Amino acid sequence: MLTPEGLRQRSNLLQAIRSFFLERDYIEVDTPLRLPVLIPESNLIPFSSEDCYLHTSPELCMKRLLARGCTRIFQICHCFRKEEHGRLHQSEFTMLEWYHKGWDYFDLMQQCEALICTLGRQLSHGSASSPLQYLSWRDCRVALTPPWNRLTVTEAFQRYAGRDVGAVLRAGNFDEILVTEIEPHLGRERPVFLHDFPVELGSLARRSRQNPAVAERFELYIAGVELANGFSELVDPLEQRHRFALEQATLRAAGREVLLPEKFLAELRLVGETAGIALGVDRLCMLLMGSPDIATVTPFIFEEL
Amino acid sequence: MYTASDLRKGLKIQIDGEPYIVTEFDFSKPGKGQALYRTKMRNMITGIQFTQTYRSNDKFDRPNLEERNMQFLYAQDDEYHFMDTVSFEQIFLTKEQLGDNLSFLIDNMEVQVLFFGDRPIDVTLPTFVNLEVTVADPWAKGDTSGSDTKPVTVETGFQLQVPPFVEKGDKIQIDTRTGSYITRVKE
Repeated sequence: MLTPEGLRQRSNLLQAIRSFFLERDYIEVDTPLRLPVLIPESNLIPFSSEDCYLHTSPELCMKRLLARGCTRIFQICHCFRKEEHGRLHQSEFTMLEWYHKGWDYFDLMQQCEALICTLGRQLSHGSASSPLQYLSWRDCRVALTPPWNRLTVTEAFQRYAGRDVGAVLRAGNFDEILVTEIEPHLGRERPVFLHDFPVELGSLARRSRQNPAVAERFELYIAGVELANGFSELVDPLEQRHRFALEQATLRAAGREVLLPEKFLAELRLVGETAGIALGVDRLCMLLMGSPDIATVTPFIFEEL
Repeated sequence: MYTASDLRKGLKIQIDGEPYIVTEFDFSKPGKGQALYRTKMRNMITGIQFTQTYRSNDKFDRPNLEERNMQFLYAQDDEYHFMDTVSFEQIFLTKEQLGDNLSFLIDNMEVQVLFFGDRPIDVTLPTFVNLEVTVADPWAKGDTSGSDTKPVTVETGFQLQVPPFVEKGDKIQIDTRTGSYITRVKE
């Protein structure tokens, strides 16, 4: 729970995020939280709300706004994911999501650097002439000066776990090795973009043109904390339907029947080349304020209600 | 039954017929990946610790654990006998099971005994106990050597640091969680 001073810092962060995007000609959107159908994602469990679901991310509606002609949009909203509780997880949390038409995932990485450096500068009482150079969190002192590091998933598995990512995928323990052996090393001295995920782990990301086995997807890590997930959007309706069908089958095998978001699929061809990214605002707040967990930087956690 | 999503620090679960307490817990979920429940546990009987990563569909039995109020009666051949203050049933725990608790255990003390089924496995002492000092150097009044504490021995044989004014025959209150001196008790 936040003190009045902490609430002010959080408020400053939210305002600084808005200023950053408004200055860059984005518009802020606020899409519905309650949806009759969601993107099928086998690793997320949504909350039901009467005959609808609370959204797990604003992705579906925001892409439909892109199809309608928007070119740069951002949203700060609450998202809901059942059974997620921990130091870095709460079932209800705050997400920042933004999309930029005509860009790819490398463009977004650069903007991520600019955004977080700008926010760090404004929140650390610094000035434009003395930008925040380091972020301290737990036992890490992370240099923020761009450019940040870029590391492919294949390189990361080789370097930190001594494993071939293909073999790990076949053995079904990609997540476990990522969390236990790789994440703790990521972004300790300088933030790192882990990129080019196996295509089966990027259901909404475009297949790489250079290497069709990977998707143009990245995760930003600072001090071992996964902070943002971005990609070049998959905008081919046929391939998207195929990937959704795979997720749907996985869900069915687990006893969960879901419908596909047909209106989204129908409009997807109008989206055009776009890059999009979701960033955990509570985690960012935690890192910038040097707090131990996200519960400390939110006004309330569920247990306090 | 518990599922992995019930796991948290302090939760007691049963694995392979034995009770475990969760001592450390961390929920992880890589972006778009599956939930992982990284758990460190201690076997409540053997004390052996181990770590394990669970997934959402893992399930655990609830161990049949019960705490009962009992009174310490006497020790014989490394067996420490206790009596249920309600049913008068008598049981014993071994020296090994009592471990550090022996530093503070005296006759007639009322304690909480933890049972796993019919089997007594652990003891919780009162947080504060009053014990008599049996060995202490006399306090040299006006001692200006600057020493703030001195060592004494209490009736159980436990040694601790106390303020210099505590003397042999005094009763002192001790925090059983830390083994530290709280105050001198007037009786």
